[in-house]
Amino acid sequence: MMTPTATVKTFTIDGKPYSATEDETILDVARENGIDIPTLCHLEGILPTGQCRLCMVEIQGSGRLVPACATKPEEGMEIVTDNPRLRNYRKMIVELLFSERNHICAVCVSNGHCELQSVAQKLGVNHVRFAYLHPRFMLDGSHPKYEVDHNRCILCGRCVRVCEEIEGAHTRDLRNRGIRTMVITDFDTPWGESPTCTGCGKCVHVCPTGALAEKGKSVAEMAKRRHFLPYLALRRRGGK
Amino acid sequence: MTNEELVTIAEKEQEQQKQYRYRIMVCSSTGCLSSRSDEILAALESEVKQRGLENEVFVKKVGCLGLCAAGPIVSIQPDGILYREMTPEDVPAILDRLGGEPLEEKLIDTSEPFFTRQKKNALENAGVVDPERIEDYIASGGYSALIKVLTELNPAEVIQEVQKSGLRGRGGAGYPTGLKWSTVAKAEGDQKFVVCNADEGDPGAFMDRSILESDPHRVLEGMIVAAYAVGASQGYVYVRAEYPLAVKRFRIAIRQAEKMGFLGQNICGTPFSFKVDVRLGAGAFVCGEETALLQSVEGNRGMPRLRPPYPAQSGLFGKPTLVNNVETYANIPAILRNGGEWFAQTGTEKSKGTKVFALTGKVKNTGLIEVPMGITLREIVYEIGGGVPDGRKFKAVQTGGPSGGCIPENLLDTPVDYESLKALGSMMGSGGMIVIDDRSDMIDVARYFMEFSMEESCGKCVPCRVGTVQLYNLLGKFQRKEATEEDLQTLEELCDLVRNASLCGLGQAAPNPILSTLKYFREEYLAKIRKPSPVEEEA
Amino acid sequence: MVATTRKVNPPDGDRRWKIVEATMRRHGYASTALIETLHSIQETFGFVSRDALNYVAESLNIPPAKVFGVATFYNLFNLNPVGEHVFSLCTGTACYVKGAGEIVDFMKEEFGLEPGQTTPDGKLTFMVARCVGACGLAPVMILDGEVVGKLSVEEMKAKIREWVNHDK
Repeated sequence: MMTPTATVKTFTIDGKPYSATEDETILDVARENGIDIPTLCHLEGILPTGQCRLCMVEIQGSGRLVPACATKPEEGMEIVTDNPRLRNYRKMIVELLFSERNHICAVCVSNGHCELQSVAQKLGVNHVRFAYLHPRFMLDGSHPKYEVDHNRCILCGRCVRVCEEIEGAHTRDLRNRGIRTMVITDFDTPWGESPTCTGCGKCVHVCPTGALAEKGKSVAEMAKRRHFLPYLALRRRGGK
Repeated sequence: MTNEELVTIAEKEQEQQKQYRYRIMVCSSTGCLSSRSDEILAALESEVKQRGLENEVFVKKVGCLGLCAAGPIVSIQPDGILYREMTPEDVPAILDRLGGEPLEEKLIDTSEPFFTRQKKNALENAGVVDPERIEDYIASGGYSALIKVLTELNPAEVIQEVQKSGLRGRGGAGYPTGLKWSTVAKAEGDQKFVVCNADEGDPGAFMDRSILESDPHRVLEGMIVAAYAVGASQGYVYVRAEYPLAVKRFRIAIRQAEKMGFLGQNICGTPFSFKVDVRLGAGAFVCGEETALLQSVEGNRGMPRLRPPYPAQSGLFGKPTLVNNVETYANIPAILRNGGEWFAQTGTEKSKGTKVFALTGKVKNTGLIEVPMGITLREIVYEIGGGVPDGRKFKAVQTGGPSGGCIPENLLDTPVDYESLKALGSMMGSGGMIVIDDRSDMIDVARYFMEFSMEESCGKCVPCRVGTVQLYNLLGKFQRKEATEEDLQTLEELCDLVRNASLCGLGQAAPNPILSTLKYFREEYLAKIRKPSPVEEEA
Repeated sequence: MVATTRKVNPPDGDRRWKIVEATMRRHGYASTALIETLHSIQETFGFVSRDALNYVAESLNIPPAKVFGVATFYNLFNLNPVGEHVFSLCTGTACYVKGAGEIVDFMKEEFGLEPGQTTPDGKLTFMVARCVGACGLAPVMILDGEVVGKLSVEEMKAKIREWVNHDK
């Protein structure tokens, strides 16, 4: 007979012992205990997809890398959250993101409130070893309250997921694939003309960068409001 | 359908074919069809009629006869004659020579290693049976494995037999098939699915297309056996839309099997029921990855998702799902007919049986081959393939497509098995084997594959989405001789990142073409590094 | 997977929509039939128009963003009309090592076409295919559905010129 306590697992993170319940991920346990693992795509309350690859941690012994946001610890697992290899990988991932679009902090509404920026600072990224791709994007300012600047989008998919999973509107999705992937509204319709958008603004506030912002903000003025996030997590746990 | 009924159909068909003194078979696979083999077939039929030979000569279309380079191919049985590069104009001459001296100038020498060194299992019926007639398949032993399984074995015994055979996934990664089956069989679920991965996307590979075009019933029979073994009630075949003939023939096969009672409710009078539907791919290489494939079957963007959970536990619509490749299923009927031990007699310790390869590129005998595992690359390239044509020099053989690598001359004695190829930094892959001669620049080749991976990246994870583009651009710097020592270092670091940090198997394998050429043809990279100019040296 | 019972009218009176409708009906208007339906539209009309996307979205009860996302993820779906004649070049590995790349350059020089483009007069579309699986015939090109292979690069160029000028 399985008892609930039997499903609690013990393991180590960076050499120290921890325990987790059946549905906690490595990231959950790390955060509970003040261990910082960088992430850009994950957000508590929406389903993890493990796509930014920043939260990769190393499983000692096998050297295997797993995304902390979507991996549940196993009994006896020895998890390493930080070492030179991981740090170098994370730096490279952040550098790849910087090279992909046009991230110019000095003119960004989210300067100082940007998750990409703060992750880069924490990791000590001080140059980008890859050539900038300099794509050209237009700004969509057709919505009365919000605007989207694809130059600053890192394709983390948070806006797509929050719109589908929480708001239930599925106004956003992705078009094309690979490097040509773009976040879209409906049939790639201007945001302001979207018949499905409820204007709730959740996408704006879960966006880690200045890609989605409120209109009328100037440089460094766009701090995101995340007060609603804990309720999202609660809602999910309660089984929607 | 009972075993007796099956035997009756088989005997009747054999009887009918035996009435004829000659059977003339025309290859009707995509390759030969595009060289007008359908016109040859029509010309043969009308000429036979005109000469009043209808009772003596039986003309039929068959699947791939293998030596695509010499197509269209016509085979004359029981004389064992193969003619090359046939045209409708050759038809009268062929008929004139029936039973006499064959047409020397068009004769293919079947004593050549291309034919003698092969060993057929998955391709057993290719070029023998009419792919659009179930009776022909039955006459060559088809569906007897299914009847045997349904009447004599329980699901666990079927899985045991597959496990005994040592068969491993033919899609590339080589996961033990029996183990996969048993995992799905043990998974709990009110419904289970069996899926056939026919999204053959490797450029330069056409094994699965040929099997589906040549012997669709064989794949179907393998799927039905699998469904019985794992307890599935619904199957899907996910085929590339770029393979219209394979789709057409597989659909015909499904209809015929339904009519005969091999598919549907209470198959062969047992409680077992199973249905199969075709789903078309739409031009996305990544859908060959099993979680992406399942997304696509569900009508979504084909983006891989994290594993675990594995499809065996939570696959299509969240139900336990078995995903195997075309060639894997094609190996099943013979394993159940002859026993797992029979299959395991061929091959090496860890890689059993035979493997189908599409041998192409700068090699004399391009075509479709099936060889025992453990044969060396040299034997394939030089004996079966006949070596490099036009007096050029062999440079490398590429296996595993965009996930594989380039193997140089000095490693040609490596045996073909999953582990050995992986150890060389390549992989078995689904079976594309492309010979490259000394005219090709290895950086060009690596960049060709990188372009492919870049174009086909689904865009979900950062290392693959942006990393492949950066790798592609870096290779461009080498091509233009603008690369620096630092670029070489960045190239290697980035390969390491993409390999270790990408989300799915395709991203993880994407750097292989660069890594293998860096390993075996490093001098070509070094030769393209520019010397720093004095100004830069000062800086 | 809730099948819709709401009847959605096709974008216009074109009778070919019946074919598309039949595909959706065969799948019980399930949202999982999206890709099959897009195939049916493309086979019937040659491309998938914005109106068609809207029709599918409404008929299968799928959010527009998802329909657009799926239609653009897969290379096979054309969202724009194709030319009267379609030239497809296989760029699989076997074709590549036998010179398919030179034909890409040739199409650019001779007709000003990059892969995926159509001439301004709507006569000719140039597409590349990722391996059509006829590698034994490499290099392979497809002229309005007819597979042509086993030619040298120069012979290919001549054949393309001849084919393009065919109905002039």
